[in-house]
Amino acid sequence: MAAVATCGTGAGSAGSMAAATSSSDVTSFQRKGPRASGTDSGVPRLVSIAGTRPSVRNGQLLVSTGLPALDQLLGGGLAVGTVLLIEEDKYNIYSPLLFKYFLAEGIINGHTLLVASAKEDPADILQELPAPLLDDNCKKELDEDVYNHKTPESNIKMQVGPVSSSRFGHYYDASKRIPQELIEASKWHGFFLPEKISSTFKVEPCSLTHGYIKLLHFIQNIIYEEGFDGSNPQKKQKNILRIGIQNLGSPLWGDDICCTENCDNSHSLTKFLYVLRGLLRTSLSACIITMPTHLIQNKAIIARVTNLSDTVVGLESFIGSERETNPLYKDYHGLIHIRQIPRLNNLICDESDVKDLAFKLKRKLFTIEWVQDNYLRQERNIYPPGFSYLLKQKDSAWGEGSLQHSTFLMSFLAKATAFASRLVRHGEPLKQTGSGRIHQAAGPRLWHDGRRQEAPGFLGIPP
Amino acid sequence: MARERGQLVFLEGLKASVDVFFHAHEEPHPLQFLREANAGNLQPLFEFVREALKPVENGEAAWRCPVLLVDDLSLLLSLGVGAVAVLDFVHYCRATVCWELKGNMVVLVHDSGDAEDEENDILLNGLSHQSHLILRTEGLATGFCRDVHGQLRILWRRPSQPTAQRDRSLTYQYKIQDKSVSFFAKGMSPAVL
Repeated sequence: MAAVATCGTGAGSAGSMAAATSSSDVTSFQRKGPRASGTDSGVPRLVSIAGTRPSVRNGQLLVSTGLPALDQLLGGGLAVGTVLLIEEDKYNIYSPLLFKYFLAEGIINGHTLLVASAKEDPADILQELPAPLLDDNCKKELDEDVYNHKTPESNIKMQVGPVSSSRFGHYYDASKRIPQELIEASKWHGFFLPEKISSTFKVEPCSLTHGYIKLLHFIQNIIYEEGFDGSNPQKKQKNILRIGIQNLGSPLWGDDICCTENCDNSHSLTKFLYVLRGLLRTSLSACIITMPTHLIQNKAIIARVTNLSDTVVGLESFIGSERETNPLYKDYHGLIHIRQIPRLNNLICDESDVKDLAFKLKRKLFTIEWVQDNYLRQERNIYPPGFSYLLKQKDSAWGEGSLQHSTFLMSFLAKATAFASRLVRHGEPLKQTGSGRIHQAAGPRLWHDGRRQEAPGFLGIPP
Repeated sequence: MARERGQLVFLEGLKASVDVFFHAHEEPHPLQFLREANAGNLQPLFEFVREALKPVENGEAAWRCPVLLVDDLSLLLSLGVGAVAVLDFVHYCRATVCWELKGNMVVLVHDSGDAEDEENDILLNGLSHQSHLILRTEGLATGFCRDVHGQLRILWRRPSQPTAQRDRSLTYQYKIQDKSVSFFAKGMSPAVL
């Protein structure tokens, strides 16, 4: 949504107005990385942080989410200072996986971690992180070690030191655990709610749940103490803080938005997200939050939570739904919806054209692919191109008459490729009704002699 | 440019909220409602606006026709302020900025669509009734399109005379580029022509 300003600026000279609180920056988002489009003039300030790279689109500093496929869909990665909200799938099977990929990526890159959970001890979460897949350089060094020191066969896959790679995203083996040395070499802070809530903490009553207040103070403390926001004179930090909050909004955090529709503290979660985002914007940190939005009864709160987050990704697994038996989805485990991508320092966001994405989890790889309608693929060679057909989607992944139908059809017809799409329910093939040439877009002859000769548009069949 | 000439007063909510949340202040902070348990009122915020726009009395030519831009009011609802309190704030600001200082106000509200946000609907309806100009952006009814990102409806209203004249309305479609937006009439997208 855009707001247009009607400017009525006066012609007077600049008065010296003392404002109560004002910031000298126009946006709260400070450019942290070098502009990729610029030349090499001037040394980039923060390019030395491991595991980050500047965005080619808007110059923001990006970190990897731990899933190269997701990085690509989000426009290169997760911007530093933003929140990635994962809407959990129904049985909470795949969202912890994304959570762990994010944390494992932090360990590999040497970032500091802050893990907050109300359900599991952060130390246990870290033990369950997936092991990174070695690339060939590391493998070669290990083979030499095996030859020299004659280590037994079973230890070949274990790493003897931290993985030092300059790659941006890494692949993980979900069936193996991360080596213990890597966890011990990393720096992490844990926030386990049952431990923290027992101690008394004097704070003014405000409408935030007690657990949220403690978590905010904990995060702010870490950011200040370790110098991630640059305000601590003793500590100058040049590292990224990766914050992971699990199951935010669930009843375990003391919040009741998942229990009732009209709850007392309906603003607790939204206030928490707002203040959290304020903390992130002024520090070198990135945050992942998993939230069981399918449990939230009040739909308005979901909309508000989406507006208060920067990047929102929803997971929908096929377990238990009728899609599990749909032959279209037999290779996949669920759908992934990119619900929101932030616009940082520019007006446009990196929206991809494909909207129907499904994920599958093999042991080593979590891939995200565009799901095609199988009917289309089968019958492309039955109906030769260049003819006009009756278009109707049958048994497709989307509901009947949904918006995806019309956009799919329109976008499909707009393609310059020759084949036409489906689908006729009658048994015999139709007779050719048009001249065989589908006029895709109006050309220069449209305005040839000042009069329109052909109507523009997708289905303009010339006489 | 306005910033260089000292004509811009910017209250950045995110930064100020962190400030007010973690540190207690003696005098009321514009975002004081963040510290309050029940639905607060926006009076400190209004005081801040009034202070910032007060004309300077040192004899120089004062600023004329100030513009108050608020981005965005729906967010205040998420932070625990009631819809009525927000409407009161808008009313007070309007009295000061529009009537007293002969300026303009531009506010942004999100439309919840089918999310059934009653508070937001109250706010939206209340503001629509007292606005002179409504700009409404929405996506296309047919869904996502790469070349046309949405459409903008402009509606001129005369709140003082509800039945006098028919309200004028215009519709444009737009495509967002990196740093600007290009507008065109319906169906006249450069991609189609």
